[in-house]
Amino acid sequence: MPMRPSKEWVAIKMAERGGRGSGGHGSLDKSITLPPDEIFRNLENAKRFAIDIGGSLTKLAYYSTVQHKVARVRSFDHSGKDIEHEPLYEISVQEEITARLHFIKFENTYIETCLDFIKDHLVNTETKVIKATGGGAYKFKDLIEKKLGLKVDKEDVMTCLIKGCNFVLKNIPHEVFAYQKDSDTEFRFQTNHPNIFPYLLVNIGSGVSIVKVETEDKFEWIGGSSIGGGTFWGLGALLTKTKKFDELLQLASKGQHTNVDMLVKDVYGGAYQTLGLSGNLIASSFGKSTTADKEFSKEDMAKSLLHMISNDIGQLACLYAKLHNLDKIYFGGFFIRGHPVTMRTITYSINFFSKGEVQALFLRHEGYLGAIGAFLKGAEQDNPNQYSWGENYAGSSGLMSTSPDVFPMQRTRSGTFDMFEMDRLERPLVNLPLLKDPSTYIPDTVDLTDDAMARKYWLTCFEEALDGVAKRAAASQPDSIDASERAEKFRQKYWNKLQTLRQQPFAYGTLTVRSLLDTREHCLNEFNFPDPYSKVKQKENGIALKCFQSVIESLDSLGWEERQFALVKGLLAGNVFDWGAKAVSDVLESEPQFGFEEAKSKLQERPWLEDSYSQWLERLKEGPPHKCALIFADNSGIDIILGVFPFVRELLSRGTEVILACNSGPALNDVTYSESLIVTERIAAMDPVIQSALREEKLLLVQTGSSSPCLDLSRLDKGLAVLVRERETDLVIIEGMGRAIHTNYYAALKCESLKLAVIKNSWLADRLGGKIFSVIFKYEVPCK
Amino acid sequence: YKLVNLKVFPWFGLDIGGTLVKLVYFEPKDITAEEEEEEVENLKSIRKYLTSNVAYGSTGIRDVHLELKDLTLCGRKGNLHFIRFPTHDMPAFIQMGSEKHFSSLHTTLCATGGGAYKFEQDFRTMGDLQLCKLDELDCLIKGVLYIDSVGFNGRSECYYFENPTDAERCQKLPFNLENPYPLLLVNIGSGVSILAVYSKENYKRVTGTSLGGGTFFGLCCLLTGCSTFEEALEMASHGDSTKVDKLVRDIYGGDYERFGLPGWAVASSFGNMMSKEKRESVSKEDLARATLVTITNNIGSIARMCALNENINRVVFVGNFLRINTISMRLLAYALDYWSKGQLKALFLEHEGYFGAVGALLELLGSA
Repeated sequence: MPMRPSKEWVAIKMAERGGRGSGGHGSLDKSITLPPDEIFRNLENAKRFAIDIGGSLTKLAYYSTVQHKVARVRSFDHSGKDIEHEPLYEISVQEEITARLHFIKFENTYIETCLDFIKDHLVNTETKVIKATGGGAYKFKDLIEKKLGLKVDKEDVMTCLIKGCNFVLKNIPHEVFAYQKDSDTEFRFQTNHPNIFPYLLVNIGSGVSIVKVETEDKFEWIGGSSIGGGTFWGLGALLTKTKKFDELLQLASKGQHTNVDMLVKDVYGGAYQTLGLSGNLIASSFGKSTTADKEFSKEDMAKSLLHMISNDIGQLACLYAKLHNLDKIYFGGFFIRGHPVTMRTITYSINFFSKGEVQALFLRHEGYLGAIGAFLKGAEQDNPNQYSWGENYAGSSGLMSTSPDVFPMQRTRSGTFDMFEMDRLERPLVNLPLLKDPSTYIPDTVDLTDDAMARKYWLTCFEEALDGVAKRAAASQPDSIDASERAEKFRQKYWNKLQTLRQQPFAYGTLTVRSLLDTREHCLNEFNFPDPYSKVKQKENGIALKCFQSVIESLDSLGWEERQFALVKGLLAGNVFDWGAKAVSDVLESEPQFGFEEAKSKLQERPWLEDSYSQWLERLKEGPPHKCALIFADNSGIDIILGVFPFVRELLSRGTEVILACNSGPALNDVTYSESLIVTERIAAMDPVIQSALREEKLLLVQTGSSSPCLDLSRLDKGLAVLVRERETDLVIIEGMGRAIHTNYYAALKCESLKLAVIKNSWLADRLGGKIFSVIFKYEVPCK
Repeated sequence: YKLVNLKVFPWFGLDIGGTLVKLVYFEPKDITAEEEEEEVENLKSIRKYLTSNVAYGSTGIRDVHLELKDLTLCGRKGNLHFIRFPTHDMPAFIQMGSEKHFSSLHTTLCATGGGAYKFEQDFRTMGDLQLCKLDELDCLIKGVLYIDSVGFNGRSECYYFENPTDAERCQKLPFNLENPYPLLLVNIGSGVSILAVYSKENYKRVTGTSLGGGTFFGLCCLLTGCSTFEEALEMASHGDSTKVDKLVRDIYGGDYERFGLPGWAVASSFGNMMSKEKRESVSKEDLARATLVTITNNIGSIARMCALNENINRVVFVGNFLRINTISMRLLAYALDYWSKGQLKALFLEHEGYFGAVGALLELLGSA
């Protein structure tokens, strides 16, 4: 039987682009100019190169360090100074170096230009070797060695492919998707499962390879088929005289296979009922073309061929999956790559042959797997697998539209230079141990890919807020001469991202309010606006600290029950101070004296929109004190100081330990971990309860590992997770719209939880059935 | 009167497939003078027409070499004839039945295959005949087990290829299928059905594929302009598929050792046809051969996976795709043996495509 070898790159890559734009354009090569700040970024610091050259596409990978500005806060030495008139702490902008992986995909036609460009911009001379994989690695070996002066070190194609696959499965949220025909959302992104193994990788190149992957290093070629992409292309070219792969697919998408195939109903006159086979099933592919007299249309033959091949591959994949008892099948290779036509037929086939038990899965970065794997082979000494990585939305092209009829411009552009960047996160990220079921946890409340109305609203909302954000960014760096220029670049970049997402909501996985916010943060960082709110936060923290003692005094004067309510109202009122919501930023910009008390008066009267306060009060009254509470803080200033801290203080007084988790990096006016350290220190100086709790390690400050205004409980700092386990945390408090409504509203935990927020967006309030400044107070106890 | 004598002649079994109609006819050789006298004229004429010709019209053919002689069936001695004609001539066949007043014989016509359903109405309206419709898989298995048990005129019905991996030493040898269970039955007609058979009564359809005989023939017609199955096979026998297919050695220069793949294995069927130059350099014969090899290997592959999943090591291939198709049979034998490292055995039956029709005939007699 014709078993497929691992991967046959020459043919595979030739097929990849269907010959489009490749070959015969030698003169074009030189005419393209590469914009250095957009493509091959950070080349100066690049080290560790890897390249995956196919028949028509080249994927280049390199590791580089990115120097960017970060805002640092540092406590002043206040001894003997006039605290009244000094800022609370010092903000300095420093350079920080982080690691980033760059991947660029371009047509082989440009390879020489690209190599020249790299040579001209490469500063680092320590690099001696370039890892290479793919069939073209042979062909271009001499060219690469000559141009770059690097030794080409070849790596096995399948090993690279699997390594790359494992890497994206582990590190990229929403990497995996199922294809849904005729649905409003073609792509159904999957939650990353904590355990990715074992799985089946079906690589459909010119033939088909079926590989079973059991662990990071253990994989086995378990079979294959010679009927693959090469068969579609080769046989298709013979039958239709159409030479290009893409054109064949185009033909197929217009054809009627029933004119060429013999269906069950052609044999039976209807369904084969004894076996439950529908009349529309194909009984014999090409069974109607058994005549020399009749002409068949190219479209119909192409369609019939596509069905024949897709069904066959799907059937074999299911047989192998059954034999090896696997239920996850990922499909890749040029036959699949970005083609909805083939994803659709393969999905149909898998569904049919597995009777719905197995789902065909696809990968967003499938085209990069070989390059990623080759890179990882070369970077083993850096232990890239030890770190967590995050997709940089600002530097990645995203999944381009797969429909050949829509957005031809973008397809052409993506065919020229497609980029993918990943940032190395300084600390490994893990699941919150208190998640009820990590494999089904979805952080986001609304899937904007699914919900067209909500998508439209939020995209417009972000568009409308953009000018303000850009202005604020520029204003945050008054001493920088190019701040407004950078702010404009930021504005332009984020605007373009929003336009892309309008047309292709699936570009970076499931579109959510969180991903829109995160993309904005990535874009701000890209143009060196690490913390546009640093000064605002500094000022607000200063103002709030001055009120701390009087707030505590007034709370302490209340009876127990009154105090509990006042504490909750304080938490909620503090939450009104959120620069991320336009309604509030309007008020704050125009009425700087808008105070804590006024915020409280804006709150909705009970009963709140979501109101389980009575149960919470009951719990405090009747139940034993909690062992340890984990609090995810939201905003700086009044929120953290006058809202969260009094609440923390009350918990501590009850004998509950508190873990206060703040973001590692800045996002909007959210309090960062380093700011929280200073704020806590200052509060401790005023308040003996906080002071002793700190000393006795009953109040612990940790970082979340995140720089997002939202919260993904499946990607949290490992240190936090360890502490949560050690302290036997039995209460989780999540506050703010970003963390408790846009995300985690439906998150199920193993322990008690409080989710509270004030809805500062009238559209969202309306959707949830309330008005602006409606209150969400959700106290949940897991069912036993 | 013995019970068996109740079944009136003529005894037919009909299997109407997607491409071919298979008809088996039992010709009684023990007709008594008394019977002869009673025999109605048109019954006699049917018998005479069928047994004295080897071809019927321009497309009907009697496979004389398959005739089973001196068979005892339901207490009667006679010969079993095997006749086939294309399904698209079904209307003419029904017409002929009507002209010969077949309905006046008061016999039941047992039919299986999809056409039993598709043409039921035509039989009724044009031929005044009520078909007894039978499930094709039931009939197939009954037919296989019966023919294997009676043997092929003293020879074995079942055979295999010894040393299939060695072109020189490969030879066809009889196989004793006395204890047939469990077996995987792969029926290759226009499409393919794969059955796991555990006993006479206990079987299941494991899967099927639309890449079958119809696909081979259909693609050959499109690629080479041929018009008959025989012509397609003839072309294939003179072609070289390695010009059309991309082999492992075309990519790796030899074996791909990392995965234990031999250089001669096909990596991509029709893979060389991605190149314009190669498309221009292949002959129709090469294309026919590649089509045959592609379809055959694929069936072998699916059959092997089913055998593994069902934990069965004997695979019996039947169906008219294998008629005069030694290339495919040897390829199947070879592929099963090679890729299973000798664990699986490919078996074949002499009466390739007629088992459904035989099963239908048996149903007729069994239901007496």
